[in-house]
Amino acid sequence: MSNIVDRRLNPRDKTIKNRQKFIQRSHAEIKKSVKDAIDSGHIADIENGKVKIKVKGIGEPSFGIDHKTGNKKFVMPGNDRFIVDDTQEKPKDESGGGGKTGGLGRGEDEFEFELNRDEFLQFIFEDLELPDLAKKQMKDVTKVEYKRAGYTNAGNPSQLDVVKSLKNSLGRRIGLGRPTDEELELLEAELLGLGELLEDNPHNLAAINRFAVVTERIAEIKQKRIAIPWMDPFDIRYRNFIPTPQPMTKAVMFCIMDVSGSMGQREKDLAKRFFVFLYMFLERKYEKVEIVFIRHHEVADEVDEETFFNSRESGGTVVSSALQLTKDIIKTRYNINDWNIYAAQVSDGDNYTNDGANSLKLITEILPLVQHYAYVEISSEYNSTPMAGTDLWKTYKEVEDEFSHLNMRKVKEVADIWKVFKDLFKRSVMIK
Amino acid sequence: MTKLLYTSNDWTFDSLKIAEEAIAEIAFEELHLNIYPNQIEIISSDQMLDAYSSNGLPMMYNHWSFGKHFIQQEYNYRKGNSGLAYEIVINSSPCISYLMEENSMTMQTLVIAHAAYGHNHFFKNNYLFKQWTDAEGILDYLSFAKRYITACEEKYGTKLVEDTLDACHSIMDYGVDRYKRPPKLSKKTEQEQQEARAEYVQKQANELWSTLPNLKKDKSNVIISNTFPEEPQENLMYFIEKYSPVLESWQREVIRIVRKVAQYFYPQRQTKLMNEGWASFTHYYIMNRLWEKGMISDGNFLEFIYSHSGVLTQLNYNHKYYNGFNPYALGFDMYTDIRRICSEPTKEDEEYFPHMVGQNWLDTCLDAVQNYRDESFISQFLSPELMRKWGLFEITNKQVDNFVTVSGIQDLRGYNDVRKSLSHQYSVTENQPNIQVVNANLKGTRELKLHYVSYNNAKLDKNSAKVIDYIKYLWGYGVSID
Repeated sequence: MSNIVDRRLNPRDKTIKNRQKFIQRSHAEIKKSVKDAIDSGHIADIENGKVKIKVKGIGEPSFGIDHKTGNKKFVMPGNDRFIVDDTQEKPKDESGGGGKTGGLGRGEDEFEFELNRDEFLQFIFEDLELPDLAKKQMKDVTKVEYKRAGYTNAGNPSQLDVVKSLKNSLGRRIGLGRPTDEELELLEAELLGLGELLEDNPHNLAAINRFAVVTERIAEIKQKRIAIPWMDPFDIRYRNFIPTPQPMTKAVMFCIMDVSGSMGQREKDLAKRFFVFLYMFLERKYEKVEIVFIRHHEVADEVDEETFFNSRESGGTVVSSALQLTKDIIKTRYNINDWNIYAAQVSDGDNYTNDGANSLKLITEILPLVQHYAYVEISSEYNSTPMAGTDLWKTYKEVEDEFSHLNMRKVKEVADIWKVFKDLFKRSVMIK
Repeated sequence: MTKLLYTSNDWTFDSLKIAEEAIAEIAFEELHLNIYPNQIEIISSDQMLDAYSSNGLPMMYNHWSFGKHFIQQEYNYRKGNSGLAYEIVINSSPCISYLMEENSMTMQTLVIAHAAYGHNHFFKNNYLFKQWTDAEGILDYLSFAKRYITACEEKYGTKLVEDTLDACHSIMDYGVDRYKRPPKLSKKTEQEQQEARAEYVQKQANELWSTLPNLKKDKSNVIISNTFPEEPQENLMYFIEKYSPVLESWQREVIRIVRKVAQYFYPQRQTKLMNEGWASFTHYYIMNRLWEKGMISDGNFLEFIYSHSGVLTQLNYNHKYYNGFNPYALGFDMYTDIRRICSEPTKEDEEYFPHMVGQNWLDTCLDAVQNYRDESFISQFLSPELMRKWGLFEITNKQVDNFVTVSGIQDLRGYNDVRKSLSHQYSVTENQPNIQVVNANLKGTRELKLHYVSYNNAKLDKNSAKVIDYIKYLWGYGVSID
């Protein structure tokens, strides 16, 4: 009789491994498509998940017949007009083959499929690196962690390894021939039997002799059992831990954004795109990176991610307020000996005229504290930027030569964002 | 009292069981089907997509090409370009049929009749399946294959395993001795093979063994002469597995695995028309009988007719979406036609099929299922009546001409030619170039010579050069083809 089974709860995605293999296999191809997708600015969908990618199918060649060659006959259904010797021109560029029976799909050309968010990010961030993360790791080996390292014969009772100790004890007892409990019990039982036998018949010579031998043997065994203890301090083993220096990988990233009135919808949009990239990049590459969001107009405040990306503000621009806040937060929360500190600032370059000197002072104070400072300026759509640059650009320009880890870039349209981002974080920065 | 099997169109496990029992009764008592035990499994559409990508098998070794197929299938499905099959059935014992949970109760009834009885009977009785596949062992073998390939990946690296598999897949169609029956494994030969393998392992384990003089002369050393192999070999994979000068033993085992899987599918490709036709004929018969017995309501029966005729549509040659013959439709019509010839023959039938007229139609059908494949089935059973109904006509396409000629139509002069052509269309040589190993110079250059036996002067297509590269990879030395 038939057996009906519900398999719906069985694991799905049995082919997930094959999918990964396929993506690996067409790595170069997909990467190119991803790059095209980003360059054309069509990345709006990546936040909500999937990205459509066009990939040229990797061929699975097999021997086949060139359908343009050969003389052949084939049959088709539905004759509604032909009689023998009718002719028909050959269709151009058509195999003209008859019915093809099924089989494995083969020789496909381009086809589309969706990369999920993770896969997509994997591709776009693959070659990027947070600059100079390694530098401090090497310099400041301050943190120590205890790691397992074999066994010792002295230690804390809580670290006693019972199994290991008992193995040693057993090995030693066997090795030194310590009489077992069973042996002793057997002899004692025999002695008891002999004692009863002698009570009945005190003149049984064999029993008397045996009694003496057994008594002697028991004494000997008992002696030996005392001499070779069941558990010797020598057997005891403790789990050993040794202190291992931990490279310090604590990092914090300051995201500073201008949300003043001079930042129009376009500027804010571009700024957000930049930070979305940055955020996804950090979130993905570094598990332990802390992120501080600072937005500012005339005053600066630290906000959470949600507010940072979604709220709207307006007002004048005092850049120093943000720099001051950054500095304060570093001073109070992030000891520079413990943390790798990065900062990225996005602005349209406007600054309150009297704030220049103050900003310059603060940036020169901040730059020695951080390992990398990226300044991204959103240029005006209409090219009205003064030749010498905006206020803030000019301010930062003054210190650019002094601090090589200050990187300044300009962004004009969506397509620039990714280029600038890539430029700022490409691996080679580390070698510099 | 109602005799209806079900009233709600949502299926339940209870209603499936009741329907299945009613189907079984008709299948055994009226159609005399002989089947493997059934295992009917309900799966979701995701799982169906999974099953698709590995050729319907419940498990398969991992390879990127299955991932690629999956991605394509999934994309087409999500976009709505293609639907999913209602079922997948596996030639194994017990015979596993996958039913989609989305199917309505009527569809589940149809699908059980189609797969769990129609296909199942075909698997168990058709001579090709009996000869080439081992229904009892296939699931075990696949799980062995999966484990083995995974172990190889761990031991030798995924890259190397992938390269080997890629190369094997390119010649997957050449892993069968078409005209030779595979020897039945007797207990003795099996034991010998086992011992040979054990001995090999021993030699691998202990290097001292390799310094010993050969006790028994190795057979393969004796027969290697300048004309080796003595006769052309069509089983390219087997030849490479046995004689490639460069492969590691695990690679030979990988070839063997791919070869075995290919062999398992070999009968399916040659019996698609017959198999689907028989399954359709079975479900049509059973559904009709259930309805006649009052076990299916008129409304549900109409639903059945609707999907039945949807699956069995044959588009004409001039239709925009014409894509060759629909094996379900042609197969179904042929069995139905056999039934007609046996029970209600015309004068013409008496002339063309004297041996069938008046015979028991069921016995004739069951005999066809048992002893034919698509090619021979058509040449034996395609009747003039059916050729007229289908409007079958034959086209001749010569390479030199820029036109094609109608060389036969559905009339007295054309019947034989059309039937012959159509039958050939289902032969293996039509769909797959005939390639043979003609020489392997194992003593000298170690070059492997292949020969393409051209049929109708057709040439190999441009993919073939890539396949040769793959063969070179497996052979390790030069490979040429003429």
